[in-house]
Amino acid sequence: MAIRSFLILFILFFFSSLNPILSLYEDQVGLVDWHQQYLGKVKQAVFHTHKTGRKRVVVSTEENVVASLDLGQGEIFWRHVLGSNDVIDGIDIALGKYVITLSSGGSILRAWNLPDGQMVWESSLRGPKHSKSLFLVRTNLKIEKDNIVIIFSNGRLNAVSCMDGEVLWEKDFEGESLKVQQVIQPPGSNLIYVVGFASSSLFEMYQINALNGELLKHESAAFSGGFLGEVSPVFSETVVALDSTGLILLTISFQNGKISFHQMPISNLVKDSFGPAKIIPSSVTGIFAIKMNAVTIVIRVKDESKLEVVEKTNHETSISDALSISEGQQAFALVQHASHEIHLRVKLAHNWDDNLLKESVKMDQHRGLVHKVYINNYIRTDKSYGFRALIVMEDHSLLLLQQGEIVWSREDGLASIIDVTTSELPVERDGVSVAKVEHNLFEWLKGHMLKLKGTLMLASPQDIAAIQSMRLKNSEKSKMTRDHNGFRKLLIVLTRAGKLFALHTGDGHIVWSHLLQSLQKSKVCQHPIGLNLYKWQVPHHHAMDENPSVLVIGKCGPSSDAPGALSFVDTYTGKELSSLSLVHSVAQVIPLPYTDSTEQCLHLLIDADKHAHLYPKTPEAISIFEREFSNIYWYSVEDDNGIIKGHALRGKCTGEVADEVCFDTRELWSIVFPSESEKIIATVTRKLNEVVHTQAKVIADQEVMYKYISRNLLFVATVALKGSVEIGSVTPEESWLVAYLIDTVTGRILHQVTHHGSQGPVHAVFSENWVVYHYFNLKAHRYEMSVIEIYDQSRADNKDVWKLVLGKHNLTSPISLYSRPDVITKSQSYFFTHSVKAIAVTSTTKGITSKQLLIGTIGDQVLALDKRFLDPRRTVNPTQAEKEEGIIPLTDSLPIIPQSYVTHALRVEGLRGIITVPAKLESTTLVFAHGVDLFFTQLAPSRTYDSLTDDFNYALLLITIVALLAAIFVTWTLSERKELQENWR
Amino acid sequence: MKWVEVIVSFILTLSFLSFPSCGFQSDELLVDDEEFGLEGAPQHRSPEPIPTRSPPVTSPTRKRHSDLDSDSKIQFSLDHAFGDSDFSPAGTFSARLKTWSHGGQNLLESDDFYRIRLPSNVLSPPGRDFIISSVKARCLPRESLDEHFVIHMEGVNVLAVNYGSPGSCPYPRNLKLPAKWSFSSHTVLKNSEQAPRAPVFTEEILGGENAEGEVVQPAERSFWAKYWMYLIPLGLIVMNAITQAMNMPEEQATGQVPAQGQPSAGAVQRGPSSAVRRR
Repeated sequence: MAIRSFLILFILFFFSSLNPILSLYEDQVGLVDWHQQYLGKVKQAVFHTHKTGRKRVVVSTEENVVASLDLGQGEIFWRHVLGSNDVIDGIDIALGKYVITLSSGGSILRAWNLPDGQMVWESSLRGPKHSKSLFLVRTNLKIEKDNIVIIFSNGRLNAVSCMDGEVLWEKDFEGESLKVQQVIQPPGSNLIYVVGFASSSLFEMYQINALNGELLKHESAAFSGGFLGEVSPVFSETVVALDSTGLILLTISFQNGKISFHQMPISNLVKDSFGPAKIIPSSVTGIFAIKMNAVTIVIRVKDESKLEVVEKTNHETSISDALSISEGQQAFALVQHASHEIHLRVKLAHNWDDNLLKESVKMDQHRGLVHKVYINNYIRTDKSYGFRALIVMEDHSLLLLQQGEIVWSREDGLASIIDVTTSELPVERDGVSVAKVEHNLFEWLKGHMLKLKGTLMLASPQDIAAIQSMRLKNSEKSKMTRDHNGFRKLLIVLTRAGKLFALHTGDGHIVWSHLLQSLQKSKVCQHPIGLNLYKWQVPHHHAMDENPSVLVIGKCGPSSDAPGALSFVDTYTGKELSSLSLVHSVAQVIPLPYTDSTEQCLHLLIDADKHAHLYPKTPEAISIFEREFSNIYWYSVEDDNGIIKGHALRGKCTGEVADEVCFDTRELWSIVFPSESEKIIATVTRKLNEVVHTQAKVIADQEVMYKYISRNLLFVATVALKGSVEIGSVTPEESWLVAYLIDTVTGRILHQVTHHGSQGPVHAVFSENWVVYHYFNLKAHRYEMSVIEIYDQSRADNKDVWKLVLGKHNLTSPISLYSRPDVITKSQSYFFTHSVKAIAVTSTTKGITSKQLLIGTIGDQVLALDKRFLDPRRTVNPTQAEKEEGIIPLTDSLPIIPQSYVTHALRVEGLRGIITVPAKLESTTLVFAHGVDLFFTQLAPSRTYDSLTDDFNYALLLITIVALLAAIFVTWTLSERKELQENWR
Repeated sequence: MKWVEVIVSFILTLSFLSFPSCGFQSDELLVDDEEFGLEGAPQHRSPEPIPTRSPPVTSPTRKRHSDLDSDSKIQFSLDHAFGDSDFSPAGTFSARLKTWSHGGQNLLESDDFYRIRLPSNVLSPPGRDFIISSVKARCLPRESLDEHFVIHMEGVNVLAVNYGSPGSCPYPRNLKLPAKWSFSSHTVLKNSEQAPRAPVFTEEILGGENAEGEVVQPAERSFWAKYWMYLIPLGLIVMNAITQAMNMPEEQATGQVPAQGQPSAGAVQRGPSSAVRRR
């Protein structure tokens, strides 16, 4: 009997340890994955707090997101990500229930339902010419009980009904050089003023009846000085502009259709004026601001022409739009930055001297300066007016201030990630308290008893809920130390705002963030741009005590010869160790596979003049570098020219840039694509840190094929010039796509294949000896994916065992790329239903685990597709031996299995990139997908064959062992007794 | 290998004028090579480009070269440079200078790059830019200086040229001076190959989505192969039952063994139990 019970227990244990799943179960969501939603830098915000109910703010962002946020917590009620080519020009709330957005250069107007974000209507606006889009919603303008929206876009003034998006009237402004600057609607009247400049020195004013679009008056007046930039409306019939030199302020009034100019040199207003000014547009009556260099000057307009400086400050200042708080009263907010805090002042438009509100808020330095401010009012408990301000910081974060405190903040800079790298966490040191473990022992046992109950299906619903929450809140996963499996890491991300974040892979929380000094706007660097992130110091072996650090590379301005900037940041503390402004530009960065004695990685920076600069600039690094001098090759791609060039080093720099770490380069090879027939649209190389487990591939009939594994392979895709436009605008005969495999040391074209009737965009991924690319087939009207695998034939005759035994093989001989390569390629194409935003491949520590392709689909999800589906050796009827090898019968299209979506039910809105990082555990790879949203998960392409799952029931195992032991003793005593009895007989 | 290559060997000292009469056919195997031995010729992968295999694209292109060379004297000029020296003309595509007269030995000693360049457009040299290719100098010398060109063409445009030794160039490149300071050239002209078309199975388009299902399904196996794990225990139990049934009458007949302690799995268990008894 005991044996039987033990057997039952054993079977139970066996089934609980087996985990036969292909995809995720519902209760496993959130165990190893996390998802974060962001918006991007806010461009415009509109509050909706009038009615009772949920108070909200509607924002539009630079990532083309329109979203409704809870004013209380800053959570997203709803959100829509418009495409990257659908830039939002303006938003507003109409009728108290619709959010109106104008996008795509003023050609699409949409209304969204405020409570739930459903689209109510959409209308497209066309016009005679391209122009600035201006957007005006007035609730008091009514045509037959219908509120209207006034939109000026593409040279046409439209009045659109708020109810259904119907265009009620339209009026073209076709003047050749007319540039409309403002559309003004004086409150309480049915007039609209359209003001603008024509031919640089003519001021034009049109008066229009808002009810029917009738032109009432058209006046123009010339001003010999010309105009510069924007105008700022100060009264309903007065605007302020600058003359073309930027030194004279012009007050232009057009009361009763009469245009009059008043000039006022800025030097008369401000004693020490320096250089040309710029108008900061604002909508506050009677007040405008100008900016000269770093000085902001707020000017009040009295009557017609009297200008008066009310404030002059060196601090960064932002001014909000006007908020009408009661009949005829306008309030606005001024935010000024002072080292560690920001000062918020709310004033009435007509009364500068008094403040309605004055607050100072302590602000983290790593948020930078205040870029924008939006205010909203509420009635306090004592019936007075209170104000809250929504501010957008330099790092793109969004904060709500109220009563001198930060109510909530959102790190929306994470919506625009430029580059990602990873860093290991510190090793767990001795001295982790034992008491903690003992304290947890009871909890541990309790947890396992609960799990046991769950496994034996004895758990009540409460227990199940407890088990689930226990699994999700596992404190193990967000620990700040390295774990045995390498699941816990730091994701270091660089955002467009020049801020560096460290995210914990366990639960995605921000460990630290740092606004980089080198990527901040300064006198020397007006438009800094972050470029890349590299691992600078990866301590192991003899430099274990050092903290790892990363190198951030940026440059000043978009031009190719803009000087570069470097920053070195400690990844444990987030401190900027040092930063450098370079004298040379940065065209290319080559991380070299050499490290110095402190484990700093050597990096070679190539500038626009084709000089190479070595970093770090230490004598030790130079000596290491000089040893490998002749083995360094690189390539450059000139996309617009259609030229790929190979380079090598020549010697120390000569000439004026003589420097110890500067080297001259020379051109070794070049490939010139005919400009009229081929255009480079994609170049892909293998990941530098990819590990390949074995070069040999054993195929079905015990044959061996040797993969051609070279780190110097480059995949290039070119399309016909005509075919480089959008899909659908060329015929299949006019378009073709050529794929090349190029050796980047010698410039050899190893393989070249033409796909006729195909077109970009091409997305490709290169790994081991294969490349997979995705393109559009015009003939089949479908997307296609192709695979090319490249095999080394020069080693193919090493099949004989005797040769291997006797050592007569060439497997250990060094490979030189100067030898003539003997390669064969195999390729195959398949149809694929989706269009693709990004492709990546899983990577593991040792490269043993089979690979999966991670495809970012158009629906912003990540699909895992087994590489076996893209095997050029697939045939329609594989033989028995091939089937055993794992070859799938050939089909014309790749399957999309709904369960294999890595992102399960979630969407990574605006997906831009997928990054895979190997964990220490061979079976597992970490996947990070980023776009407007962030998503992280662990993936085991061949399942977790080398570890037990997290929810493995150790208690059950223990109980089984105890039961086994007990059974052994029981049966033993039983048999003893029986023996005794038999002996006595 | 679907792509077709046309292998051309050019002899250095021959002026190009000697073979316009040969036209395209002469490209197959050039002039009589008794005098120069045409080193490396036996190593050619296919010295005879079978005319049936040569694509229609290739032949006009090649023909044009020859025709043009003879008629309007347009040739690709081939320039070369030693290490960092400037490019100097090395001859036309078809005729190389006989020797590596100047600087060759120095180049071999320093194992620097030997670079060549071609115009990117055959009709209007140099086209947009020169096509450059290079090799470490020590890869070239064998008996004479062996070189191997692979020229990738696209119409009249030269896309790329791969220049190097015809065979291998193993890494520790030892200094070896050639017996003859003359070039023996081998040239391969390559055109882009066509991609295989995606297979279209009309009957399987509907079933395409179920590909995974097909994959997971193992091939049909025999009854025994499928159910052996159930059959073996079943067989054991049956055997047990039989032995027990056989034992029972035996016991009744002899009355030696007590019936009550008999385990159900008699046949199997008897061994161990007897062992225990012995102990």
